[in-house]
Amino acid sequence: MSGSPQDYWKANIRLVSILLVIWFVVSYLFGIILVDLLNEIRIAGVGLGFWFAQQGSIFTFLILIFVYAKKMNDLDRKFNVHED
Amino acid sequence: MELQTWIYLFVGGTFALYIGIAVWARASTTGDFYVAGKGVHPVANGMATAADWMSAASFISMAGLIAFKGYDASVYLMGWTGGYVLLAMLLAPYLRKFGKFTVPEFIGERYYSQTARVVAVICLIVASITYVIGQMKGVGVAFGRFLEVDFEIGVLVGMSIVFIYAVLGGMKGITYTQIAQYCVLIFAYTIPAIFISLTLTGNPVPQLGLGSELADGSGYLLAKLDTVLTDLGFQAYTVQKGTTLNMVLLTLSLMIGTAGLPHVIIRFFTVPKVRDARASAGWALVFIAILYTTAPAVGSMARLNLITTVNGPDAQGTAYTELPTWFKRWEQTGLLAWYDHNGDGRVQHAAGNAFKGKPKFASVEDGSPLHGSHGERVVTNPGDGKPAEGAPFANEIYVDRDIMVLANPEIADLPFWVIALVAAGGLAAALSTAAGLLLAISSAISHDLLKGIFKPDISEKNELMAGRIAMTGAILVAGYLGMNPPGFAAQVVALAFGLAASSIFPALMMGIFYKKMNNTGAVWGMLTGLGATLIYIFVYKGWLFIPGTNNLPNTPDNWFMGIQPESFGAVGALINFVVAIIVSKLTAAPPEHIQHLVEDIRVPKGAAAATGH
Repeated sequence: MSGSPQDYWKANIRLVSILLVIWFVVSYLFGIILVDLLNEIRIAGVGLGFWFAQQGSIFTFLILIFVYAKKMNDLDRKFNVHED
Repeated sequence: MELQTWIYLFVGGTFALYIGIAVWARASTTGDFYVAGKGVHPVANGMATAADWMSAASFISMAGLIAFKGYDASVYLMGWTGGYVLLAMLLAPYLRKFGKFTVPEFIGERYYSQTARVVAVICLIVASITYVIGQMKGVGVAFGRFLEVDFEIGVLVGMSIVFIYAVLGGMKGITYTQIAQYCVLIFAYTIPAIFISLTLTGNPVPQLGLGSELADGSGYLLAKLDTVLTDLGFQAYTVQKGTTLNMVLLTLSLMIGTAGLPHVIIRFFTVPKVRDARASAGWALVFIAILYTTAPAVGSMARLNLITTVNGPDAQGTAYTELPTWFKRWEQTGLLAWYDHNGDGRVQHAAGNAFKGKPKFASVEDGSPLHGSHGERVVTNPGDGKPAEGAPFANEIYVDRDIMVLANPEIADLPFWVIALVAAGGLAAALSTAAGLLLAISSAISHDLLKGIFKPDISEKNELMAGRIAMTGAILVAGYLGMNPPGFAAQVVALAFGLAASSIFPALMMGIFYKKMNNTGAVWGMLTGLGATLIYIFVYKGWLFIPGTNNLPNTPDNWFMGIQPESFGAVGALINFVVAIIVSKLTAAPPEHIQHLVEDIRVPKGAAAATGH
């Protein structure tokens, strides 16, 4: 199926907005603003807030980019704007 | 085999490899020279981007920064990785669809303005030159410490190697060399980390070792580190020392700055398709994350190792004569120093400064180091020798942060070949970043200034030649500045990120996401964002970083709303966005064909049969 370029762009913005909210939550919220609160929860020898700040946020960033790449490729096909 | 032989073997071997790649990957067109013919596989580009991005600072200094700052260093870990999320979702695919050679070229065309293009070129050159000085210095230092050659000769050798593969191969040569350099640097970083994690925690995966219990049964690594540090008068490792506002703003500045650094952005021009650009940013972060998630483990473990080695099992200090040989070896380089404040012949480490500033070493008449009664190097500027608040005894040693990575293999008692590998890895990190920056500079000169503005009818052959000459010139300037670093070399990284964050990133993002953004708005936005950031940095750090010319002391009470100068890039970016949007609302909308251009780059379809013209 295909839709208008405007719909494609809206779907794109929606996807990116959701992913950037997660990006903000894991780094700024979990890693910095709520760090003390989350450090109350300990997984093995690491407070959860500290873990998000030094490891967890980076792993989440990775997942976000690959999810973005996959979903955008799907959108490209759905709206028939893909390459080739 | 001797340590020196191993080092010559590893460094010589990797250099031969880089030159071999250069000869094989020669550039024959401007497309090859600027964007490697747009034929780089996304995974390969990801690896090259990782090497391009991870500089001497990431390789040598970051773990040390984490070791000494603890939790607060998280801003660097998040800031220098989170930028790739912005790059992947907001810039890379669209700029690849646009399908040209340089970042200023996009800005010039999107804002139909040569002024905008020139402003972008200036931002790019200032940010890249400041960055490249540090790399050249890193090359010189690595040579000096590991191969015992003069700093200047080290810089010269580094310049020659970069010259060969960057001038011959352009982006094509640089890309394939960076892939090789990534492999060298990541092995060099992770192998010592695995050994150390295994020794300390019994877990071979450093990322897991960070949360593990210590093998000697004294509890969890981080808990132990907190206790040991607070007992010595330091602040605990895992607690926050700076303000939350500064941590948020610095992280944001580093993220936006990362996404706006031209030498990183142009790497995404080299992949064949728009969807490759998306995936490639992910692969780049995979390869970067391998090092960046290892670094917190290296930092915390190295800090604990250092303290337990120096203060000994009874935590009262170790006799100098009984310290392992690495301590003496690194004392010779000046990165470690000891002054026996309490005169007991034992080395003690606690909070507080052992010296007034950096240690100054005494020497005998022929210039060789003067040694004291225990064999230590004599230092002429000891501190007052009083214990710091909360510390059980006075601190007696100076430790340069860089030692945490460089001396790690020796502290962990690893074989000589691992030390040699670290030397080759440090050089790979510095050279790969230098080459990427030099390419960004030379393409801005030959493509944006020469072809774009002064001589649009230049033939491709002559432009390629001009690119090579610009590259040579950039290498000479970088080498000269590396040998004679301006006094502010240490401060300029903040400037490079501040510039990229406050000028380039907002202009690119609005160019894609805000169709109605016009040339007046973009230029005013860039100039005010850039200006505000520069002024804020200069007011506290001195105009052009000249000491004594700052208007206000660089202390938290004087900062505007408590914002440290390093964190201001994010505010500069905000100013850029606001000014640009207001000005564009008050002035004429961009012409029809520009709005079509924006619509066109938003969809992958019809992606370039890549043209550079």
